[in-house]
Amino acid sequence: MTTSSESTQAAAQAVECTLVEGVNLALARALQDDPTVVILGEDVGIDGGVFRATQSLIGRFDESRVRDTPLSEALIGGLPIGLAAMGLRPVAEIQFMGFIYPVIDQLVNHASRMRTRTRGRLSCPLVIRAPYGGGVHAPEHHSESMEAMFTHIPGIRVVIPSSPAKAYGLLLAAIRDPDPVVFLEPKRIYRAVRETVVDDGRALALDHCFVTREGSDVTLIGWGAALSEVMDAAETLATDGVEAEVIDVATLKLLDFETIAASVEKTGRCVIVHEAPVSGGFGAEIAARLAGAGLVNLLAPIERVAGWDTIMPLPRLEDRYMPSAGRVVAAARRVMEYS
Amino acid sequence: MTIVARFEIELTRYLDADGAALGELPAFASNRETLVELYRWMVLARTFDQKAIALQRTGRLGTYASSLGQEGVSVGLAHAMRPEDVLLPSFREHGAQLLRGVTPKELLQYWGGDERGSNFAVPRQDFPVCIPVGSHAPHAAGAALAFKLRGEPRAAVAVFGDGATSKGDVYEAMNVAGAWQLPIVFVATNNQWAISVPRNAQTAAATLAQKAIGAGLEGRQVDGNDVIAVRQVIGEALDKARSGGSATLIEALTYRLADHTTADDASRYRDDDEVAKHWKQEPVARLRSHLTTAHSWSKAEEEALIEACAAQVEQATDAYLAEPPEPPEAMFDHLYAELPSALAAQRDAALAETPE
Ligand SMILES: Cc1ncc(C[n+]2csc(CCOP(=O)(O)OP(=O)(O)O)c2C)c(N)n1
Ligand SMILES: [Mg+2]
Repeated sequence: MTTSSESTQAAAQAVECTLVEGVNLALARALQDDPTVVILGEDVGIDGGVFRATQSLIGRFDESRVRDTPLSEALIGGLPIGLAAMGLRPVAEIQFMGFIYPVIDQLVNHASRMRTRTRGRLSCPLVIRAPYGGGVHAPEHHSESMEAMFTHIPGIRVVIPSSPAKAYGLLLAAIRDPDPVVFLEPKRIYRAVRETVVDDGRALALDHCFVTREGSDVTLIGWGAALSEVMDAAETLATDGVEAEVIDVATLKLLDFETIAASVEKTGRCVIVHEAPVSGGFGAEIAARLAGAGLVNLLAPIERVAGWDTIMPLPRLEDRYMPSAGRVVAAARRVMEYS
Repeated sequence: MTIVARFEIELTRYLDADGAALGELPAFASNRETLVELYRWMVLARTFDQKAIALQRTGRLGTYASSLGQEGVSVGLAHAMRPEDVLLPSFREHGAQLLRGVTPKELLQYWGGDERGSNFAVPRQDFPVCIPVGSHAPHAAGAALAFKLRGEPRAAVAVFGDGATSKGDVYEAMNVAGAWQLPIVFVATNNQWAISVPRNAQTAAATLAQKAIGAGLEGRQVDGNDVIAVRQVIGEALDKARSGGSATLIEALTYRLADHTTADDASRYRDDDEVAKHWKQEPVARLRSHLTTAHSWSKAEEEALIEACAAQVEQATDAYLAEPPEPPEAMFDHLYAELPSALAAQRDAALAETPE
């Protein structure tokens, strides 16, 4: 593979960037550091991706490594399996989560089990990236949050960043991980905030939750874009003297349950927040795990604030679907008042 | 009106149903040893098949998909491959897998429900069988792209059935193979049936080979019961692939002489007459006749070969039956590169359970 045209500067640089720019930075870093990394997907080349996640990669790296695929989701799910089994590290983009479902066939039937079924002879170190979630008034099929469809698949990892730095560090970790990773990018916060990201090639740990706010009264658990409502709710609760601990799950699969259990053991109260429909959502898994953990200090029922069990509405009703900070505050107050 | 495209599909056949040469044979086919080698692999595949069915019938193997009647396709295509090429088989290409170096014991292990059967000692980079029909075609595109990116003169060979050609993922793989000029040989083993659905109900296309045209690939037909023709046509497609000439779809015409699997009863949906007719075309007898007339293949040689294949399969069977199952932690230990701490408790629980 040719690397001649590729930039060779690798000095750590601090960059003020958005989440989607953090993704871009990580992709560039991975292409730079590892000649086996290949980016592919629809419009990822000259266009730089419809959200610009792959912007300018094609100019900096050989175009054989940043590839526009045909409009072909079963292929985008399946081709990386062949690449990965033959020793490359593909990072494939599905343009929107709404079109990812053919990829589930490839994940369940092949990528997740290649290592198992060949007893380690072949493996699938691949990443499937996709923007997901609502709140941007997108057309139909562009707003769902179906992460639980992926967390149910044994043999893969499911990672969701909630900030630019986490996007950078977790995506690098996902690319370097020896097993398949589904990396879901909350597009509502693609450009919501800027923060300093040090482009030093340092990956964050997978299978690791982040405590993003410390508190001792109630544990609020979320991930992705919903984390901003959760943090807002925590600030509102603080004005009432309720100190919430906030956990950003970030790596839904494999789940760092210890961090969650330790927090709930401390606070005795818990609200789980996600945009996805409530039934069978990943919050159900966390709630079940907490219920089964036999926490001696659980003081109130576990509440879930989530999307309704409805079809994701089109933009005019979207705000009535999305779990708001107000709903999170109300739920937290209910669990605080429970005795 | 202007005609902007035309296509033709070529059918290749060297031997008639009785094994007589229809014209000049390809160079390799004048070599007795090569023909005997092809014959031996076909006989081994058939011997293996009979044994596997017997083991299934006596409760010592799981559901098994017979390759009876299709040995010409399987053996011919694998014989044309180089060791460094990669095979992506369906679930009916035992002959190809055996020739590639997968052992009969490994095949029995897989069909007997032991994952170790897909940890091939020899073709380390060949893919395991693919059960979800056609879903491995995109993997071939990925493997071929890996070869192309690294500048390796290797090809991927994906084998699937006539039914699989109706699937979108097969088309998606052929399409990208054309768009990116990938070194792939797609082999559609047209055995005329997809469980109970006959070829004509599968598609209105006059040939399966012409499905290549829409993807910008060359499509060819070959008489799949003529192993010489299969060997030749796949060899040409592989040469083309390895030298940067893109992918080919080859439709190999054959017939599934057995039930779909040991769990199927084909008499529910097809006539014995039809099957009897196809027994007259089958590939093993065809090459044997050719060897006998053109290369004085003797009765003694035939008997010795059959005995050797039977002994090899018997030995593999004994080894398979003697092998204890893996311990339960194997379920966990191959799931991820390293056991995640999140799964340690489940692993412990699985180990603590005593089987009933
Ligand atoms: C995607 C998918 N659908 C259905 C099945 C069940 N099934 C197994 S084999 C088969 C027929 C396959 O026919 P063909 O592709 O012609 O291959 P053959 O069995 O004839 O070798 C079906 C429907 C499957 N394994 N995968
Ligand atoms: Mg068939």
